[in-house]
Amino acid sequence: MNTSAVYLDHAATTQLSGAALQAVTAQFARTGNPSSLHGAGRAANRVVDEARQQIARAAAAHPSEVIFTSGGTESDNLALKGLYWNRVAANPQATKILLSGIEHHAVLDTAEWLAAHEGAELVWMPVDRDGVLDLPAATALLDEHHERIALATLMWANNEVGAVQPVTELARHAAGYQIPVHTDAVQAFTAVATDFAASQVATMAISAHKIGGPVGIGALLVRRDVVLTPVQHGGGHERKLRSGTLNAALAAGFAAAAQEAAAQREAEYERLAGLRDYAVAEISRSIPEAQLNGPADAGHTQARLPGNLHYTFPGCEGDSLLFVLDMLGICSSTGSACTAGVPQPSHVLLAMGRDARSARSVQRFTFGHSTTRADVDRLLEALPEAYARAKKAGMAADESSIHTAGTGFTR
Amino acid sequence: MKVLAAMSGGVDSAVAAARAVEAGHDVVGVHLALSRMPGTLRTGSRGCCTIEDSSDAWRACDKLGIPFYVWDFSDRFAEDVVDDFISEYEAGRTPNPCMRCNEKIKFAALLEKALALGFDAVCTGHYAKVIRDEAGNPELHRAADWAKDQSYVLGVLTHQQLEHCMFPLAETPSKAQVRAEAAERGLTVANKPDSHDICFIPDGDTRGWLAERIEMTPGKIVDQDGNELGEHTGAQAFTVGQRKGLRLGRPAADGKPRFVLEIRPKDNKVIVGPEALLAVDELRGIRVSWAGRPISEVGLGTEFGCMVQVRAHGDPVAAVAHVEQQADGVCQLVTRLVEPMRGVAPGQTMVIYQDSRVLGQATIDSARSTAWDPAKVS
Repeated sequence: MNTSAVYLDHAATTQLSGAALQAVTAQFARTGNPSSLHGAGRAANRVVDEARQQIARAAAAHPSEVIFTSGGTESDNLALKGLYWNRVAANPQATKILLSGIEHHAVLDTAEWLAAHEGAELVWMPVDRDGVLDLPAATALLDEHHERIALATLMWANNEVGAVQPVTELARHAAGYQIPVHTDAVQAFTAVATDFAASQVATMAISAHKIGGPVGIGALLVRRDVVLTPVQHGGGHERKLRSGTLNAALAAGFAAAAQEAAAQREAEYERLAGLRDYAVAEISRSIPEAQLNGPADAGHTQARLPGNLHYTFPGCEGDSLLFVLDMLGICSSTGSACTAGVPQPSHVLLAMGRDARSARSVQRFTFGHSTTRADVDRLLEALPEAYARAKKAGMAADESSIHTAGTGFTR
Repeated sequence: MKVLAAMSGGVDSAVAAARAVEAGHDVVGVHLALSRMPGTLRTGSRGCCTIEDSSDAWRACDKLGIPFYVWDFSDRFAEDVVDDFISEYEAGRTPNPCMRCNEKIKFAALLEKALALGFDAVCTGHYAKVIRDEAGNPELHRAADWAKDQSYVLGVLTHQQLEHCMFPLAETPSKAQVRAEAAERGLTVANKPDSHDICFIPDGDTRGWLAERIEMTPGKIVDQDGNELGEHTGAQAFTVGQRKGLRLGRPAADGKPRFVLEIRPKDNKVIVGPEALLAVDELRGIRVSWAGRPISEVGLGTEFGCMVQVRAHGDPVAAVAHVEQQADGVCQLVTRLVEPMRGVAPGQTMVIYQDSRVLGQATIDSARSTAWDPAKVS
């Protein structure tokens, strides 16, 4: 029946681009530690240096602001812990961390760890029903607590519902109090405009494998005037902020992907947003009860990630729908973090004011550079029947039509 | 057939799934997440739904070339099995949580979801057999290897549930053979230790676990004639037939050990006595169900001979049974034992057999001894 799988989970990870594959394989064949002083070392260092420049250009940052890490999670850890420790060392009263409830676990759990072990106090910035920061409320919190705030953190675009956040506006307001703002731009980078220099954020986390680069490398962009306390100590690499031998091959792959994605960003935004709008229109016809979560992005104003579709399908469990679609060769996601593969109601949906039950009835489809109109058509074709079946499996947790000893003892 | 293989991560369910695949069925593996706190690690033969179990199940499915999913039934499990376990102990009864899990989770919640998603059957690694009578009705029977037989814990399944059960290990002569087969098939779980104890009590300390969840009040331990012998820290932590941990200062007059005869949560009393008084010869069961079609005597209300088993690995004893209709319309299964049985507690399940066939089951409501009248303790 189906010729090949339709991959609609690009927010989890996306296909390695041709340019990135070529760059990675070419460098993996070579030997040389970028920190070594001989010819081989210099050659490797040149690769890293060029990669750093390319990534800086793609992100509108200065090359010295690019700190290579293992990926988004490490970048978020370094930013939050590094900023917090540095700020508290300067002012022991500044222990508050402002954050939104829709942050990725890499930010959320780091902040909660700082609260549990390092005396941080978390101040939550509210989001609206579309998952967008309530900016007036957030700036009011900055005004109220500014003397005791260590840092604020707000993701650039949400990984589940695709909502793009007013990061620049928040950072500008925080700058008035010299409060550093961190942003997790892992989903936003090269999908929407993320101008590091203009945004005035202190730190910004980006990752290679979400944009066509290899898994295992990312970066934390750290503004030149920002001081972080390092998390990982050793040979003093990366402005002494992140010790560890640099992986020249992964850096080259990351840079190739970043350069390509940044160059194509505007055209790709229009292409993916067009596919997304087409899907939204079709789904509203074929499954009228399905509710799109997150901002609508009418007029393509970059209110939402162009390749993100996130729906509540009433009456069905997300994992049932995922199962039925997977059986039909369509890869989707319930969009929430998994522990041992167990779906939990998404904290993002809960922060958006949904109840635990409807937070479990969701499905995310995310498009990327390899997604075609034919892929989307396969989804649209399969979805109504898949939904009907998953709905029948229902909230199996509720009541059973199975005749058991308990329901059926002889009277 | 489209078959959902419930994969615990153990060797039995892995081999069962392998056989289902080999028989030509379209098989999908599913691991049930039952614990509210996933992500714990397994220690020895204890624990359930650990990271290792889930990844062992995944690895087995991968080896078999079948899809694998984790489905979350932790809410249902907490409500139907764990909470039930606690409230049964609170009421002074001794439940079997594995049976409740089979009744309410594996062959109800999971089966329901599986049927709705287009499956025809749920396959497990239980050692038991489903065979069809001439009219095609399912009957539940003991497995070929009576030592490993698990028909007892499946005795609670109804006709409708049995219609959709698949037990590929039914005819296996021994567990050793299953392990050998797993090794031959390259399944890494071939030498994984068997699970014991109650999966949601990871350290095996049932009493300690219950003490954290049930409000225990100290009370009296009395003998069969009502004489005070000592104090206990909470009646609910005791089990009928229990000998250890009574902490009675002085020995019985005859110097022989004493056993728990009865637990009365209402009076907060634990009654102990000599082993002889543990013998019961009549069992009355409620929540009666039939594993498939009930035999004709059930409908007629006449007596029939059977074998009664009251625990998973207990020896069956001969009995004469009949079904009694109570005034409130509820029916009771009454079994009169040919030879008395020791240490039977209310809450336990009695499963009745004729030869290898499971006829049905009931939850023991009262277990009476002709040698002792509980009314002697007021």
